[in-house]
Amino acid sequence: MPGDMIPSEFIVEVDHQRCRRCKRCILNCGFGVFDFQSMTTADSSKCVACHRCVVFCPEEAITITKNPLEFKEHASWDVNLRKAIWKQAQSPGMMLTGMGTDFPWLNVFDHILIDACQVTNPSIDPLREPMELRTFLGRKPDKLDIKARGDGEFDLETKLESNIKLDVPIIFSGMSYGSVSLNTHRALAVAAQKLGTVMNTGEGGLHEELYPYADNIIVQCASGRFGVHSKYLNAGVAVEIKVGQGAKPGIGGHLPGEKIGREVSGTRMIPVGTDALSPAPHHDIYSIEDLRQLIYAIKEATGYKPVSVKIATVHNVAAIASGIARAGADIIYLDGFRGGTGASPAVIRDHVGIPLEIALAVVDRQLREEGIRNWVSIIAAGGIRSSADVAKAIALGADAVGIGTAALIALGCRLCQKCYTGKCSWGIATQRPELTGRLDVDWGAERLVNLVNSWSLELKEVLGALGINAVESLRGNRERLRTLGLDVTTSEILDVKPAGM
Amino acid sequence: MAEAAAKQEKKLETKAITVDATGVYYRELNQRVRDLIGQGYTEITLDGVNGQRYIADGLEDDISVIINGVPGNDLGAFMDGPMVTVNDNAQDAVGNTMNSGKIVIKGHAGDVIGYGMRGGKIFVRDDVGYRVGIHMKSYKGQVPVIVAGGGAGDFFGEYIAGGVLVLIGLGTEGTPAGDYVGTGMHGGTIFIRGRVPEGRLGREVRVFPLENDDRSLLEGLIEEFTNDTGADTTNVDIEEFMKLRPFSHRPYGNMYVY
Repeated sequence: MPGDMIPSEFIVEVDHQRCRRCKRCILNCGFGVFDFQSMTTADSSKCVACHRCVVFCPEEAITITKNPLEFKEHASWDVNLRKAIWKQAQSPGMMLTGMGTDFPWLNVFDHILIDACQVTNPSIDPLREPMELRTFLGRKPDKLDIKARGDGEFDLETKLESNIKLDVPIIFSGMSYGSVSLNTHRALAVAAQKLGTVMNTGEGGLHEELYPYADNIIVQCASGRFGVHSKYLNAGVAVEIKVGQGAKPGIGGHLPGEKIGREVSGTRMIPVGTDALSPAPHHDIYSIEDLRQLIYAIKEATGYKPVSVKIATVHNVAAIASGIARAGADIIYLDGFRGGTGASPAVIRDHVGIPLEIALAVVDRQLREEGIRNWVSIIAAGGIRSSADVAKAIALGADAVGIGTAALIALGCRLCQKCYTGKCSWGIATQRPELTGRLDVDWGAERLVNLVNSWSLELKEVLGALGINAVESLRGNRERLRTLGLDVTTSEILDVKPAGM
Repeated sequence: MAEAAAKQEKKLETKAITVDATGVYYRELNQRVRDLIGQGYTEITLDGVNGQRYIADGLEDDISVIINGVPGNDLGAFMDGPMVTVNDNAQDAVGNTMNSGKIVIKGHAGDVIGYGMRGGKIFVRDDVGYRVGIHMKSYKGQVPVIVAGGGAGDFFGEYIAGGVLVLIGLGTEGTPAGDYVGTGMHGGTIFIRGRVPEGRLGREVRVFPLENDDRSLLEGLIEEFTNDTGADTTNVDIEEFMKLRPFSHRPYGNMYVY
């Protein structure tokens, strides 16, 4: 019997008349598709359509097409379901995957429209009038006590909690050094500094070389506590307790031993070659009270820096968020079910959690109803694909958004979803030195800066059309949104009126 | 050279102070401790401690903190260097994610002791609660050690990735540890005096015979533990210890299909 019954997903063809046998494709492919025996040959079964070879072939001699092989159509039995069964029948185990879900769930953002001013209220031209994208993350006071000095001047009596200043309401989401390369971390740090925003370290610690970027870094403390020590906790502007991740709510993480080389080992502070196992829960957090304990343990260790709590958006997210705010967090980071990952069982990635848009709306509303919305800032992540999504997320209640996948796409990622193999041809999700060197830090940082600056321009244009001159005035401003093609219940949950109303 | 000598001299010179912690809120108490360290005190005694959390949390200094009373949760969390002595019982999460230093508890301690601990030592004279030593890990020269004189609850050494856990079992009858000993274990060593039935061990754990290195390690640790805690270990026979190690440092390597 044939070992592998699964046909190749893609067909790689080399035009031998164009090919000048330079072998760049062989060098560039991280997956080992190409070989050379008197002429360039390709093993299509290994191709993931990451386009590295296509981009670097000087003769444009390579084409990659979807395998046109027909399967007998069946409405219930999607081809991917059949392929998974063939794989699991061949070797037992969970189907592993990378990046955010590719399952065709309804995308709520694509059913929300943004308002604009016409006649009765003037729009603003952002090119000629000031437009404020700056925002502050952290706890805001319930009221301000102001005392008159008597000489016409006033003193602020209220002691303000420490906040993080963002020049743009877009931050780089947590992606650990280990799941991504050091050059990826470097590019994110350099870009965050240039943009006046922050990058999140993810749970793999912070490489010593990046400690100088402290003003633009949020350090993460996850259940595995990898690389977490008191200097690390103080190496950024805030600390994030990672409870969950949108791509894999409720489960831990396994960074395979193959990815724990010397450098990653040093940053994670675990021996070379051992699996880095993150337990599913933090074993010092089994309740909101326990969460409060860890929040304040971190505050005590950092001189009361803001603490963020990252959760995956799950069914009861509003009540959980209320608990997090009451536990003393300064920031709640909501990671929607479309959020990316370096590795997750497909069953979890594709079927667990709820959309960011809905979670954001219900969390914002719950906190407002309880009168504690000012206690926390909300970061929305896991499904932000464009400046339109940024505007919609802020109008649904976010203070800022986090981008992970979008940032990686800016660095060359083609969404092949094979991060867990460690073979990333673009040098992003890999630790193999011959691959990581491909990602030039300055080139990458410039592309990230370009992307965020482009979205900022677009965001200002949207704000101008809305007649709003500060992003903080858009926050939670659902009156300026309408739904299209969403059922009544979902519109009601979003607290957004249908178009026409 | 002169600087090193001065540092050495400073270290030898103990500057001690006693603080009455009765009724003082933890945030003020811990700030007071940090202020005193800033003023050059190297031995700080806290009297009347009653549940204040986070004592010695995140401290990196070469100092000694002596606690009279029962400290609250997260004693010595993220700690990196100090010596903490508790002349009473302690509560949960002692030495949480601790990097180095030493915590000696002359009494019982609660659950989740030494979670994610990467270095240093925790000695508990009597019993400890659930999930003790969970996800302890070693790195380079850092080998964290927890020694408990009495018995332990379930999940002793769960997920342990490195370091040494010792359970002496003084004053216990039958098995000193609860169920699921070392479940998820993928590094480190657990020593338990007495016999733990196979059914109580995690699936990832195997029993290994004691070697000479283990004997000398245990002898040294028990001597240090006895000196620090005052426990009576005169009848402890090293040969009674069972040694537990994981059979793989990659227990979940074959769980996935690509």
